[in-house]
Amino acid sequence: MTKCILAVDDSKTMREMVAFTLRGAGYKVVEAVNGVEGLSMLGREKVDCVITDVNMPQMDGLTLTRRIRATAGHAGTPILVLTTESDQSKKDEGRAAGATGWIVKPFSPEKLLQVVAKVCP
Amino acid sequence: MTSETAMETATTDSREQEMRQFISFTIGAEEYGVDIMEIREIKGWTPATPLPNVPRHIRGVINLRGAVVPVFDLRMRFSGTMTEPSAHHVIMVVSMKERIMGVLVDAVADILTVAVTDVQPLPEFEHRKDAQFLSGLVNMEGRMVALLDLEKLLLADTVAQDAA
Amino acid sequence: MTEESSTNDLSRFKTTYFEECAELLITAEECLLRLQEGSDDPEDCNAVFRCVHSIKGGAGAFAFTDLVRFAHVFETALDALRSGRVGLTPALAEVLVRGNDILGDFVRAAQEGVVLPPDHGDRVTQVLNALTGQGGADAKAAASATPAPAPESGEESFLVRFTPAANMLRTGNDPLMMVRELAGLGALDIRADLTRLPARLEDLAAQDAYLAWSFRITTEQGRQAVLDVFEFVAGDCAEVSVEAVGAETVLEPAAPPAAVAHAPAAPPPEAPAHDDHPVSLDHPADAAHPAEGGLRLRAEDKPGAGGVHTASIRVELDKVDRLVNMVGELVITQAMLGQQSNRFSAESHPELFMGLQELSHHTRELQESVMAIRAQPIKTLFSRAPRIVRDLSARLGKQVRLVMSGEGTEVDKTVIEQLSDPMVHLIRNSLDHGLETPEERAARGKPAEGTIHLSAEHRSGRVIIQIEDDGHGIDRRRVLEKAIEKGLVERGQTLSDEQIDQLIFAPGFSTAAAVSDVSGRGVGLDVVRKNIQDVGGRVSVQSQPGVGARFIMSLPLTLAVMDGMLVAVGGERYVLPLTNIVESIRPKPEQTHALVNVGNMLTLRGEYIRLVALHSLFNVEGAVTDPTKGLVVVVETEGGDRVGLLVDELLGQQQVVIKSLESNFRPVRGVSAATILGDGRVALILDVGALKAEGDRDGGGTAPLAAE
Repeated sequence: MTKCILAVDDSKTMREMVAFTLRGAGYKVVEAVNGVEGLSMLGREKVDCVITDVNMPQMDGLTLTRRIRATAGHAGTPILVLTTESDQSKKDEGRAAGATGWIVKPFSPEKLLQVVAKVCP
Repeated sequence: MTSETAMETATTDSREQEMRQFISFTIGAEEYGVDIMEIREIKGWTPATPLPNVPRHIRGVINLRGAVVPVFDLRMRFSGTMTEPSAHHVIMVVSMKERIMGVLVDAVADILTVAVTDVQPLPEFEHRKDAQFLSGLVNMEGRMVALLDLEKLLLADTVAQDAA
Repeated sequence: MTEESSTNDLSRFKTTYFEECAELLITAEECLLRLQEGSDDPEDCNAVFRCVHSIKGGAGAFAFTDLVRFAHVFETALDALRSGRVGLTPALAEVLVRGNDILGDFVRAAQEGVVLPPDHGDRVTQVLNALTGQGGADAKAAASATPAPAPESGEESFLVRFTPAANMLRTGNDPLMMVRELAGLGALDIRADLTRLPARLEDLAAQDAYLAWSFRITTEQGRQAVLDVFEFVAGDCAEVSVEAVGAETVLEPAAPPAAVAHAPAAPPPEAPAHDDHPVSLDHPADAAHPAEGGLRLRAEDKPGAGGVHTASIRVELDKVDRLVNMVGELVITQAMLGQQSNRFSAESHPELFMGLQELSHHTRELQESVMAIRAQPIKTLFSRAPRIVRDLSARLGKQVRLVMSGEGTEVDKTVIEQLSDPMVHLIRNSLDHGLETPEERAARGKPAEGTIHLSAEHRSGRVIIQIEDDGHGIDRRRVLEKAIEKGLVERGQTLSDEQIDQLIFAPGFSTAAAVSDVSGRGVGLDVVRKNIQDVGGRVSVQSQPGVGARFIMSLPLTLAVMDGMLVAVGGERYVLPLTNIVESIRPKPEQTHALVNVGNMLTLRGEYIRLVALHSLFNVEGAVTDPTKGLVVVVETEGGDRVGLLVDELLGQQQVVIKSLESNFRPVRGVSAATILGDGRVALILDVGALKAEGDRDGGGTAPLAAE
């Protein structure tokens, strides 16, 4: 069964990178440009894993994480937060919000796949 | 895949909280809310191809990544005046009963988290033109947000009512 | 992995990145200017921060170190501003605007591959750093990716104790993932500690973690690799200890009360794959949950591992769609050239006409090749079937063997999408209505296990999908009775067996009696037929009483492609099906007639033809209203009637992909479907028959046509 990953990022470059890398590894990828879209996407697609940026307009990644955790059927869905190395605090905030783990930007395709494989085989 | 138990637990949780989320948007001075789960995406206005033989509040169809999607002008629907769309206007793309439809509004206003118990029914004496398409009202810190019943609003138009 | 290889892999995104940078820089500037003018909207400041943050994020991925360094300084200052640690003064606003310019300089330098002088932007950098009390030190750190821990050489053994906190599962961390990852590092021995399990089942909270584990892992990857497995949970979510031990250390036996989870010595055998394989219904457990037996612990399960070389590449659908659109544009251009060439005579310009003919030939071939790229094996569709059969047969108490063949048959991706629902419906229908229960089958001398055969094949330019069962077939007597009861058939009407069988597709045939909650969610086979017809397909059934039934779906290989003529009316463009077009003429004044009570007519070779002005019928402004100034396209309806349609001009012949209006809206009078043109706009495909009827009704337009 192909795993479906929801990539949420307001940066098109980042979305394309994440989506391209994951699709190349056989994942299905659906995209959203902010938390609001991400959340509504979750209602329509059978999402197995979420990768979200933190800083986004309309709804940020941490709010999105909390909302996903409160959404029926997604209490245990893996959520990975994209964060920059300088924000150790974001990792902690992410975990407090219910995130499964994090991916440190900038990342290589290999690193991305490695982390995703860690939570969503 | 989330396990069966996780799903059940989450359902119980949401039942306890009974919270719903809405995206609110404006048409002129009015603010309306639509259940966040019904919204597929929000995109800027793109010119629609007009359709013949349809009511005027149907602005036409647009290409949404290969799908042909109708766009409804809510201002026209509610007040009988056409929206003069500019690049700042917004099409909310909603999905309902396996259909995808666009709703032209002025601007997206807010994301509201509302306890189900805070949704008030429409007062009977309320004579709003849009009353038949509303499912309730919410008072958000003094702003009155009218919750739309998209199904009633949009699906009525998907039935061919013209007898040729 | 090395930095070099990763930047190479990502370099394809540079174009997107620089496009995005250009937009972000403009957005940032707009917001900064508003801030400078005294805006107190916090969103302005947040937006600038996000812009700079996004630029930095991408720059990091491409290793544009100078850009990252400056963006980091700028971002840090903006973060201080948006969090209120620093107040906005006119002087600072000035510096921020200047900072955005410098950021733009670095973006352009990265784009052009030039290096700016080392002191570029120094003054602004200093002011921004002073603001946040930062040196340049941590910016450097931000520019470099985490170095992958160097694997230590030699095999080592570690004893790992892993005790999840109760809340760990609620962060989406699954112990099984970690066990798998550990197993990927080397030889693994596992003991589960069940002591924290509550004694009574009702005390167990489904969302809490109770189990703990001890692992002995022998690996060449070193201690850090083992610690990395628990990177996301160590600390708040779990207690993790990793202790180097001798290779001979054995895990102590698990504590009672329950079974011990062992890693199996060898991976469980996979179900053998055949080309034409019966799918076993007792499926291998795919439910991944902790403390369940049969963990599959194999390093090669990881996606992205290994580098198998095949003669194919993976391309994003967007790119193919872009290609399809571009080819569409090319076809329009080619058709327009053809149109223009009518001014010249083939005798005087033979090379031109030969060239145009070749262009047309190559364009068509190119178009077919591009459409072929979108083709996909039908396997993606068939893969849903085993599960449906498994679930449903269990619910219905029937024994079913599913056989599939022709999974490799290639069909356009969109056709596959459209086929999904009808296929699922027909499979359910066969299971529910076709196949008998084991007892009934035994009574009829059939094997208890029924068979459903799902097959796909190409036949004369179409794809044929068949769903065949060996059940009791269609009960013609009952079908006929019901059809009469529903008023679909007159009593006493004689129908052939085949005609009776096809009645099951008639609208209104399916009713509560026939639609159990299994096969239809209240939807009848008429909907299946309509869905298939919507995409230019057909569905039929063949039945042999007592022996079985076979549903046959036939669809075009690519989604309903049609040859059309693109015409312009005012600012709008419409598509006329080429098969309807007889000819197009520019009428002379004496050919047009406005007849009282009849409407506008055209005489053509002595024959009267109704003239329908599309602009008037469709309320299009700015169109040519004088038939002698525009063009009249003479079309023939299915019924053989002719009508002349007044348009502004012909834009060219084009193959178009038909998109139904019904799928998201409803039928619209005068329009049979829509298509998407090369420029992305939707154009309507006209329903010639309906236009003729409209023309007859209102005389081809509300007013007599202007004749000057």
